[in-house]
Amino acid sequence: MKSSSGHHNHNHNHHGVNHGRVVELSDVHLAFGAQEILRGVSLHADPGERLVVLGKSGGGKSTLLRLILGILRPQKGSVEFKGLEVTRMGRWRLNRIRQKIGMVYQYSALISSLTVKENLALPLEELTEKSAQEIDQIVEEKLEMVNMADTWDKMPSELSGGMRKRVGLARALVLDPELILYDEPSAGLDPVTSAVIDELMISLSEKIGATSIIVTHEMDSAFKVATKMAMLHDGKIIAEGTPSDFQNSSDPIVSQFIHGNPVGPLTAEA
Amino acid sequence: MIRAALQHLSSVVWLLIETVQEMSDHVFFRRRMPFRPTHFFNQADRTGVGSVPLVTLVSFFLGLTMALLSGYVLKTFGQERLVPNLVAIAFTRELGPLITGIMLAARMGAAFTAELGTMTVAEEVEAIEAMGIGPRRLLIGPRLAAVFLLMPCLVVMSDVTALLGGQIISKWAFNISLLTFGDAAIHALYFRDIAGGTIKSFMFGGIIGMVACYKGLIVRGGAAGVGDATTSSVVTAITTVIAFDTLFNIVQTALIA
Repeated sequence: MKSSSGHHNHNHNHHGVNHGRVVELSDVHLAFGAQEILRGVSLHADPGERLVVLGKSGGGKSTLLRLILGILRPQKGSVEFKGLEVTRMGRWRLNRIRQKIGMVYQYSALISSLTVKENLALPLEELTEKSAQEIDQIVEEKLEMVNMADTWDKMPSELSGGMRKRVGLARALVLDPELILYDEPSAGLDPVTSAVIDELMISLSEKIGATSIIVTHEMDSAFKVATKMAMLHDGKIIAEGTPSDFQNSSDPIVSQFIHGNPVGPLTAEA
Repeated sequence: MIRAALQHLSSVVWLLIETVQEMSDHVFFRRRMPFRPTHFFNQADRTGVGSVPLVTLVSFFLGLTMALLSGYVLKTFGQERLVPNLVAIAFTRELGPLITGIMLAARMGAAFTAELGTMTVAEEVEAIEAMGIGPRRLLIGPRLAAVFLLMPCLVVMSDVTALLGGQIISKWAFNISLLTFGDAAIHALYFRDIAGGTIKSFMFGGIIGMVACYKGLIVRGGAAGVGDATTSSVVTAITTVIAFDTLFNIVQTALIA
């Protein structure tokens, strides 16, 4: 495990060199006003990987996903998607890139005035030249992938939190993304539904070969899903490695976090 | 306060530019309509057709009251035959666009802000952006086009019903026949009155649409935030419409003089 806690040398900081990586963040700094969120984050995801980013709530994990999507732009550093610099990209090219990335929101972010089917059809109607029959077929297929085929005519408000999350996942899949971003996929769900979502994340990444970046602080889910883990603390990646590296970590912060220990260097949210 | 107002103004202009850019990207790169016609017609139906009862009813009563009051004053000079001229000029140049603007700001401005505000709070707008669809094109485009294009139509209806109200009351109160009233009203109007009123209506429509969408997209802080933004949207739109109207009248009068 590479642990860069307390010093600044990031072994994976390859400026301008891309090793077929899907996502590469190098020395990313981001502040909202005086509040520094990220202070030199370097992180990468390789094809097919399921990268779990751990960290305290409010620590900037979701911000990382928004940087990859180009919704936020860093003050310093670079964010690359398949070797293309996202931070300096114009609107049109950025929108093309975004179509290759599926984002699953913590609270699903389904359009509440549209039915499940219309929600899934929206990106297809707006961004592709597919016919109505083709769109119907894709929508049906993606809903089946998340076991939600019978809800196509329901409004999002008629669905439970777990069902909404699954529909959100199906929506992220309609454009066949190469990268899927998950923001707290199991937060607020019961253990069974949460386990179903975990299984879905694994089976989808295996079935369609997409790379996944999962932001979470639910440890059970994290260890089940991850092929690689990273821990974000105090605006930096302090540890990176395989799940077993993390299990056996001697870093006090990492070990306190994964074992949910109230005593240690980490303090509860202010 | 002036600084904040200027910041908001520049943000509104910037939002308009971004909306136009997103729409032109869609037209030039994708060779498609800037937004789906059905989205436009839905908004046009709500904004235009849905506002007809309110606009016509209020204008009818206002036209009636105006004829009654102006006739009451003019009667002391024996000039009640000038009532149709007064109502016609006042409504086509000024009151029609202004009253319709205020009603549309209250009716549609509030609706647009509340909708977009709720979507913003629920991360729906961000999700649309994350999919690469272009939320400004998808959400602002049809709404702005609807309110911009249908405002003049509503103003025409407002003018006509106001004249109708005046016509009916004048027959009863001042014994001016319906035909005489209509004839006098038409002859009192110059092209510049009608043109001025029409240009104003387009402008007011644009102002209401942009203010409402902008206020909706900058909502922060949940349900209370949406409520505050909706109030602020209506107040801002009405104030801006009246301020713009004053400015327009000063410029128009100066140009003619």
